[in-house]
Amino acid sequence: TSCEIQKSHKSSRQKKNQKQTHATGGDELPYEVQRAQEINRTFGPKGSPEAYDVIFDLHNTTSNMGCTLILESSKDSFNLQMMNYIKKAFAPASCLVLLNEHPHLKYSTSRSVAKHPVGLEVGPQPQGVLRSNIFQAMRVILKHALDFIELFNEGMEFPSCTVEVFRVLERIDYPRDANGNIIAMVHTNLQDCDWEPLNPGDPMFQTFDGQTVHYQGSGTVYPTFINEAAYYEKQQAFLTTRRETLVASAIRKA
Amino acid sequence: MEVDEPVRLPRLPRVAVCGGTHGNELSGVYLVRELLKDLREKDAEDGGPLSVLVVLSNPRATQQCRRYIDVDLNRCFSHATLNGPVPDASPYEIILSRKLNALLGPKGGQGAVDLVCDLHNTTANMGLCFIAYSDSDWICLHIFKHLQRQMPDMPMRFIHYDVSKKESYSLDSVGKHGFALEIGPQPHGVVRSTNYTAMKVGVQHVLDWVRHFNSGSVFEGGFVDVFTMVKKIDYPRDSQTHNITAAVHPHLQDRDFCLLRPEDPLFQTFSGEALTYKGSEPLYPFFINECAYYEKGVALSLARKRRVAVPPIRAQTEEDKQASFASEEEE
Repeated sequence: TSCEIQKSHKSSRQKKNQKQTHATGGDELPYEVQRAQEINRTFGPKGSPEAYDVIFDLHNTTSNMGCTLILESSKDSFNLQMMNYIKKAFAPASCLVLLNEHPHLKYSTSRSVAKHPVGLEVGPQPQGVLRSNIFQAMRVILKHALDFIELFNEGMEFPSCTVEVFRVLERIDYPRDANGNIIAMVHTNLQDCDWEPLNPGDPMFQTFDGQTVHYQGSGTVYPTFINEAAYYEKQQAFLTTRRETLVASAIRKA
Repeated sequence: MEVDEPVRLPRLPRVAVCGGTHGNELSGVYLVRELLKDLREKDAEDGGPLSVLVVLSNPRATQQCRRYIDVDLNRCFSHATLNGPVPDASPYEIILSRKLNALLGPKGGQGAVDLVCDLHNTTANMGLCFIAYSDSDWICLHIFKHLQRQMPDMPMRFIHYDVSKKESYSLDSVGKHGFALEIGPQPHGVVRSTNYTAMKVGVQHVLDWVRHFNSGSVFEGGFVDVFTMVKKIDYPRDSQTHNITAAVHPHLQDRDFCLLRPEDPLFQTFSGEALTYKGSEPLYPFFINECAYYEKGVALSLARKRRVAVPPIRAQTEEDKQASFASEEEE
């Protein structure tokens, strides 16, 4: 079943271990489910007053997304203020905000255990590889984030502001055959063009024998997570987004 | 009178194109799938002078999109490993290597395929590379020259591992001639259209060359810059935990085949300090920051470059073969 294939695929991502630890089967929960419950005990419980205030969840992607902050709620003024602060501190280098509030496409992240979950995605970097420039960028962004929290805790008031975000619209899968095998790749024109406008009629995929598949949407979208390795098995070649400006209320420590 | 008489070499009637030797190196996986589809559609091939075997080397690793299941398949083809004992609980790839040796070999035997072209990807910025165990296999060097001429916009290098036939361990060593065709950079588990197209075109040129060779064409001599691997450098590691304590320096990252001189930056520690190259000889780095080599203790490999003279060659004719049998009998 697709469920089982996913399980073995995920556990195989542990590059350090050459031996695969087999699921003991039967009653024991998958390793990652056990870990999720431990994380929830340590940093949650999710939804309760005891939960941690902020969790930063650090990720890399094979997509050319640069530095991306991931927001789960358009109404989280604290997070919006933090992201506004980070973007300004990081400028002129770019740090964009991806908002995933989509009822079907949002997923239960480890960071969602906290009151204010913050995803940080930096790419492009192959899985299993450490690139100095990617590491340094992530480190700088995290420093700005922690600076913001310190300023907030010291009583600084952050007046109302606007933040430009990219809101997730839909997931686009690779063209596949009847057996579920991929029959086309991300088109050369789209590869590495995360956050650039994709217009109806633009090349989107190319089949292995050279045919072009064009984007058939009704309007311009901004694709992201283009050609992320881990999403082949999640039926996603890229996400489409639209640009939006959110308003963050003024905040101050109580 | 000085005439460059072409070296006469046996024809190459059987060629194998292998992909998915590492299951997450996707250019080869998808190319082999496409070639297998083409073969099915064309049914029995021309039956002409060239028979092409298309092989998905590691099906289970490919299905799971991982480099290997138990052990690296591309290290299982030394004579010792191929001929050693195989108890029932052997690693998957050891059992698989025997099957591949039976299909494409036996290594060292008369029945082995004439040429193995094994398709790989790397996370390193290496462009297109041939990797071979010999710097004097004129077949491989001529194929390389042919690709250079046909794909002038593609950065292309010939890498030589100075390993004896007996010690050679990779799949391409099973054929009478063989090389790995490596394309990067590409993350493992990802297929990038430019790399796929380059590999598809490259393989086509390899097969075209073999057909021309088999039909009796003369290939004029020339020169190839060969990069011979000299040594490998590991990441700095914590003596207790063995974890890496520095990453490839930003000035070295992506600079495969750019000369590395003594005191050039090599690594950058997590606190920002630069560690420099302490060797005395300038060398050419490659496989810089290849994902699969972290566990093998290799941050980069270093090579010496030298220009190799490649003689003109042509396929042996029937008369040549008869003549050589006759002279052998006389001896």
